[in-house]
Amino acid sequence: MITIPILRWGKPYDSLEKEDITHYATGEPVAKISRGNAGIIRRDIRKADQARKALRKIPIHDLVKRAAKAGELYLNGTLPLGDGSQTAEEFVKAQSSTTGMPENMCRANMQKNHFVLAEMENILEALTRGLDLEVLQRGYGEERGVTVSFQAQAPALGLVLPSNSPGVHTLWLPVIPMQVGLLLKPGSQEPWTPYRLTAAFIEAGIPPEAISVFPGPTEMGAALLETCPRSLIFGGAETIQRYAGNPRVQAHGPGFSKVLIAEDKIDNWEEYVDLLVESIYSNGGRSCINCSSIWVPRHGRAIAEAIAERLGKIEPLGPEDPEAGLAAFTNPAIAKAVSGMIDNDLTPPGVEEMTAKYHPNGRLIEEERYAHLLPTLLYSNSPEPEVCKREYMFPFSTVVECPQEEMLKRMGPTLICTAITDNPELRNALLDSTEIDRINLGPIATNRINWLQPHEGNIVDFLYRSRACQIVS
Amino acid sequence: MSAETLEGTASPEAIRQAKEELDAHVREIVAWHFSPETGCPFWLNKAQELGWDPRSEIHSYEDLSKFPLFEDEWLRGGPLQRWMPKGLEGKPVYVFETGGTTGIPKSRINFDDFRTDYSIFADNLPDEHFPKGANWLMLGPSGPRRLRLAIEHLAQHRGGICFCIDLDPRWVVKLIKKGWMEHLEAYKEHCIDQALTVLSANHNVQCMFTTPKLLESLALKLEEKGSSIREAGIKGIFSGGTEFTPQWNRFAHEELLDGAYMTPTYGNTLMGLAASAPSGPHNDYKISYYAPQPRAVTEVVSFDDPHQKVGFGETGRVKLTTLTKEFFMPGFLERDEGEREPPFEKYPWDGVSGVRPYSKLSGGTTVGVY
Repeated sequence: MITIPILRWGKPYDSLEKEDITHYATGEPVAKISRGNAGIIRRDIRKADQARKALRKIPIHDLVKRAAKAGELYLNGTLPLGDGSQTAEEFVKAQSSTTGMPENMCRANMQKNHFVLAEMENILEALTRGLDLEVLQRGYGEERGVTVSFQAQAPALGLVLPSNSPGVHTLWLPVIPMQVGLLLKPGSQEPWTPYRLTAAFIEAGIPPEAISVFPGPTEMGAALLETCPRSLIFGGAETIQRYAGNPRVQAHGPGFSKVLIAEDKIDNWEEYVDLLVESIYSNGGRSCINCSSIWVPRHGRAIAEAIAERLGKIEPLGPEDPEAGLAAFTNPAIAKAVSGMIDNDLTPPGVEEMTAKYHPNGRLIEEERYAHLLPTLLYSNSPEPEVCKREYMFPFSTVVECPQEEMLKRMGPTLICTAITDNPELRNALLDSTEIDRINLGPIATNRINWLQPHEGNIVDFLYRSRACQIVS
Repeated sequence: MSAETLEGTASPEAIRQAKEELDAHVREIVAWHFSPETGCPFWLNKAQELGWDPRSEIHSYEDLSKFPLFEDEWLRGGPLQRWMPKGLEGKPVYVFETGGTTGIPKSRINFDDFRTDYSIFADNLPDEHFPKGANWLMLGPSGPRRLRLAIEHLAQHRGGICFCIDLDPRWVVKLIKKGWMEHLEAYKEHCIDQALTVLSANHNVQCMFTTPKLLESLALKLEEKGSSIREAGIKGIFSGGTEFTPQWNRFAHEELLDGAYMTPTYGNTLMGLAASAPSGPHNDYKISYYAPQPRAVTEVVSFDDPHQKVGFGETGRVKLTTLTKEFFMPGFLERDEGEREPPFEKYPWDGVSGVRPYSKLSGGTTVGVY
């Protein structure tokens, strides 16, 4: 069994406290991982300047090339891990075994991370809106005949990472090429991606002293957020609320992503059923980019029946099955609690569980160490019930019938809104809505992310500040 | 490996002798608390409820399991007079509180126990690290807490003066519960500023009590100023709390203390103070605590049966018993768990290591707040 140390600016640190990460189904230990303490972070943050200094010695264009090489190594290579090594296939098996995600999903998420690393030049071009990367390197430069200057707001970015979706790592991959160091606090069940990406970066020539990985208790996450001038955290609605308005922290949580079909398109709803099913079901329904509600002015019940017929047939399959689309809840108590919350949500009049008839034994399948929740689709004949704003970590959505003129007022915060309409007034209103982050105009599944677009705030804007700079030549 | 084969472990004779002393002490304390001439109303009433006379039924420590488990809820609210032994009538009384962030705190009365417990502990501190006559800094909770006065007594017992700070742990718990982390940081800084002021004022402070969190903050602040715990004059520290893990102990020794000596302790208002067997690189910084028997006893018991001790090295819940003339507390299940440790040369009775919040309760507890 592999033993994984803490990485303190690239140097392995073997903690006296270690934890077994276990297989979700068997309880067998998969790896032993060091657990740190908050003080380690508070001390190490003082050396963050050295991370940036090491990265600044390498031209950004070289870092971009090294990132691409890291992507290749991450996807296909055999990379060091703790006191052993790990092939790509071993990585997939390990990740699946501790997170409950089917292996095909693990591979799909690897592809996402690989894509971002391979396409780093284009991604940075898009995120910087075409800024010559030399400007970031030098700190200032000239664009369209004007002096511009960008100042890094932190020598290193802190990240409190989740266990539920390895695709979120795409968000921080551009940080190293931007010459900013990383302090990663992995999710307790998913240390695999942070360690493998770190190993890939180092093998590809990124200085080890640019990256720290701090597995351990939640107090370490708090210490990261407290000490890093810029950090990202992934969490629930409470986390988002806690850090709202804090310029040092970018909080990522539930997406409450939605599909809206307007009056001018609703009579053709059957054309969009594939898109709706994909938006709800892709990646096991675990992502913030999955659709948690569908807003329609009419035909709600018929739409819900059509989606339910497709979702209702889906059953849990073994993690190695290439068709497996549902992830296990590694804590069965959470699945049970979620199922109970859905039962409560069904009490208001006008709310129906459209998938119920496909689940004669209920939506919850409990095993000794894990559980599954079967894809669940509700229908609500009005936007009033609370369930219209629910999001859970499995394929779950509600078709909400709502007059078109009320939709924007009722929908609430929305990470991704796919608006199927050609109505120019509605499109303008949607474009103006500050409750919507990413907007898809036209029939685009919510999970189909274009990586050349900023996601929940632009990481470049978060790490670099455009400021005045006057130079005597 | 048996306990006897380990270097530094207690001899069978020492273990037997300690047990005999404990049993004799139990009989003396039970006789005191259940005699109408010396006992307190609470226990005299309890004996009537039980329907048997503890003075004739309790002959050994094991017999204390005939009492129901001690419920700390009994300590909430007044009148406090129900806890006052008649035999100590007329002596000045202190009241010390635990908890109290919301609602009524638990209270324990004290006459001299805090002095006695800390005198015993003070006499065992090594002089080379805690020089006699040196002054102390109490960087810990103030207010109606036993610890505040106990540390001051310890300093006085060793011929020094104790400097204290203002620190309200109830406010700290509120800040954590409200999620006001910036306020929490500001309050911590406020406490550290007070400590730095004391340390910079030429008071010959060489010894300190503090908690792991505050020690960390103080060390980092001193480092920021180009100094260190050692350079600030501190030679010896004693500290405590469930955050005092072997890893933290090692981290503190390797990265915070700059050569200053530190000894861990475990205790609370209800029990007193358990000292630690030596820990360091030789034993991976493992921390094993030993209660000040016969005044207090710690046991590690089964999670399912609190009357059943677990085997050496096995995990269980910490059970405390306090046996003084001021306070009788048989079989109180602490909110901590740990591993049972064999008797040690210096402390020939059971110890407990790896103390941490009891896993089934820890979700609802805010630990290590100051």
